[in-house]
Amino acid sequence: MAIPENLGSEFRRFLGFMASEMRPKGKLLTPFNIISVPIILLGLGILVVRFTKGLGSVTNLSQDFPWGFWIGFDVITGVAFAGGAYIITFVVYVMRKERYHPIVRVTVLNGLLAYIFYAGALTLDLGRPWNIINPIIGNEFGYNSVLFLVSWHFMLYMMAEFVEFSPVVAEWLGWKRVRGFLDSLTLAAVIFGITLSTLHQSGLGALYLMAKPKIHPLWYSEFIPILFLVSSIFAGLSMIIFEGTISHRVFKDQIDPKKHHTFEEIVFGLAKGAAIAMFVYYFFKALIFIHEHHWTLLNDFWGFWYLVEILGFVLVPCFMFAYAVRHRRLGVVRVAAVLTLVGIVLNRLNISVIAFKWDAPIKYYPSWQEIVVTLMVVFAEIWVFRWIVLRMPVMREAHETPTSHSPAIEAPPLRT
Amino acid sequence: MKRRDFLKAAGVAGAALAGGPAEAEQPADPIEFAGVLVDTTRCIGCRSCEKACSEEHDLFVPDIANDNALAAERQTSETQWTIVNRYETSKGEVFVKKQCFHCWQPACAAACLTNAMYKTTNGPVIWRPSKCMGCRFCMVSCPFDIPKFEYHEWNPKIQKCNMCFERLQEGKRPACVQSCPTDALMFGMKRDLMEIARVRIYNHPERYVHKIYGEHEVGGTGWLYLSAVPFEEIGLRTDLGTTPYPEYTRDFLYGVPLVLFGLPALLLGLNLLSGDDDEA
Ligand code: SF4
Ligand code: SF4
Repeated sequence: MAIPENLGSEFRRFLGFMASEMRPKGKLLTPFNIISVPIILLGLGILVVRFTKGLGSVTNLSQDFPWGFWIGFDVITGVAFAGGAYIITFVVYVMRKERYHPIVRVTVLNGLLAYIFYAGALTLDLGRPWNIINPIIGNEFGYNSVLFLVSWHFMLYMMAEFVEFSPVVAEWLGWKRVRGFLDSLTLAAVIFGITLSTLHQSGLGALYLMAKPKIHPLWYSEFIPILFLVSSIFAGLSMIIFEGTISHRVFKDQIDPKKHHTFEEIVFGLAKGAAIAMFVYYFFKALIFIHEHHWTLLNDFWGFWYLVEILGFVLVPCFMFAYAVRHRRLGVVRVAAVLTLVGIVLNRLNISVIAFKWDAPIKYYPSWQEIVVTLMVVFAEIWVFRWIVLRMPVMREAHETPTSHSPAIEAPPLRT
Repeated sequence: MKRRDFLKAAGVAGAALAGGPAEAEQPADPIEFAGVLVDTTRCIGCRSCEKACSEEHDLFVPDIANDNALAAERQTSETQWTIVNRYETSKGEVFVKKQCFHCWQPACAAACLTNAMYKTTNGPVIWRPSKCMGCRFCMVSCPFDIPKFEYHEWNPKIQKCNMCFERLQEGKRPACVQSCPTDALMFGMKRDLMEIARVRIYNHPERYVHKIYGEHEVGGTGWLYLSAVPFEEIGLRTDLGTTPYPEYTRDFLYGVPLVLFGLPALLLGLNLLSGDDDEA
């Protein structure tokens, strides 16, 4: 690895570099900062209460609803949204579709951060988090537990994603030879990562298999794992489209203007993939529906609610994607992506919270503190994302390292 | 069980990350473990068992003479491992004790990623504080909604009946069984309890419905119930099926080692096959 002759001066260079990179770039008083900072502070305050007075002091969780918004939204939904990383690395590194290469880095970064923050939110929900080391150090392995599997795979996947992203870090630090070495690990990390993703995306669904009597029959199926896996594909793709659209505006100076056209091509490709995955998903859903004679369940609120999810937020966006790809309508793709994401939120929350104990006399709904903490997690993730994107070659082309003081970079509204 | 053996071997090879269901540590035989027979036709609703349980386990001791708790249906809670409910049935008033059923193949233990929830070979399903991380997956999974969580503690515990595990080790019977003045509760091996229950039904066919709740429910439970009226009338769910709950995740868990070893090979193959570039 890169061991320079003069380790001392290299180390000083490194410290100086880090110090300059730590400084905020751009304005501090932006709308995003003004909203996010108080929420993050409030969220931290809530967490102090949560860890001293117990989960019940800030959440609406109950004996009937042991898992609420933090699990149902942050973890279950958040991880589905992060599915883009395994799909894109599959397309680019396994299938070698170079066309999608420009979005690999940003997608992997998004995936990595999503896992760190959203899957990490799992620990906020643990009553006795210090015992989390038991299943990690092998003090106690619950081999029969789906959750055991899912949490191990989360951890390993984060490592795999970090390896996938590490060349960017090496490049940023100017460690050329390290970078070469890390690059050589990418394919292995990608293959390992895809495998782990397949397992834990479906594993999140498998968590609910034993809750059979508690989930409304329209949502419970022994095929939940497969449904979760397939839906994570279009959830991930839609998230890339949605997120890419926003960051192309916000970080536009990071991207070579010539590349905008490429990005449009990529978006249409992703939309096509999403349409196909949604069609397959819809097909599965229909099979289950017919096989289980579910039409008898349609004539009440839950039947209506089911149709809203499955027609309004799966079938409609599926057709919209297909239409948009054929007629090259970027706007329609974006709307479809948003509808799809809403549909995923609905689906995951239906299984974990809304249609869970659908007949309970007292229903669960999240407390404002649960929502604030969720927003805190999301905002914190965006802060870290922004910090990295503004410094490391994530969106801009590799090697052309614009100095941070380059006058060409104007502060867009979102920057620190 | 060839397939199972192969997959188990694969699971061991993949160690922790493969997971794969190792054989659950549970009584091998579905009836060779301890349980309790609850004869609801004998229960007078005195709630001595509630008091005895709470005293034994340092929980909230109810004032059974004055608290009028039978007025509404209750659930077990983080302060009471067992409760007695009163039901108005087609054959009049019936009292029913409720607690953990100590399933033969407990969903809670299969769910637990730290083995904190644990089915001992002699029967009781116990919770071990030093292992539990408070994820509450056991609560999500238990078909009877038995495990309860202390939501207002910084160091919360899962609370549920442990069939007086400590007392059993000393050769004593569970505190509730000991306290019952009418022998509505009887402690023993499930095999013997089943015999006794059948004899009671046989001797008094007019007194009982001809079914023993817990014989097959969720794969069989350690606690068994006899009743004069259909079990739905006394708050026992009859829609839970007879499949042991861990079975529902078994297929998924068996698939894991296959995916873990098969998929990388497939991906590598795809990678070698695909051309370097697609200018499509
Ligand atoms: S009744 Fe629930 S808590 Fe008791 S052993 Fe069965 S699954 Fe576990
Ligand atoms: S809450 Fe504790 S006992 Fe229950 S599944 Fe989680 S770790 Fe196991």
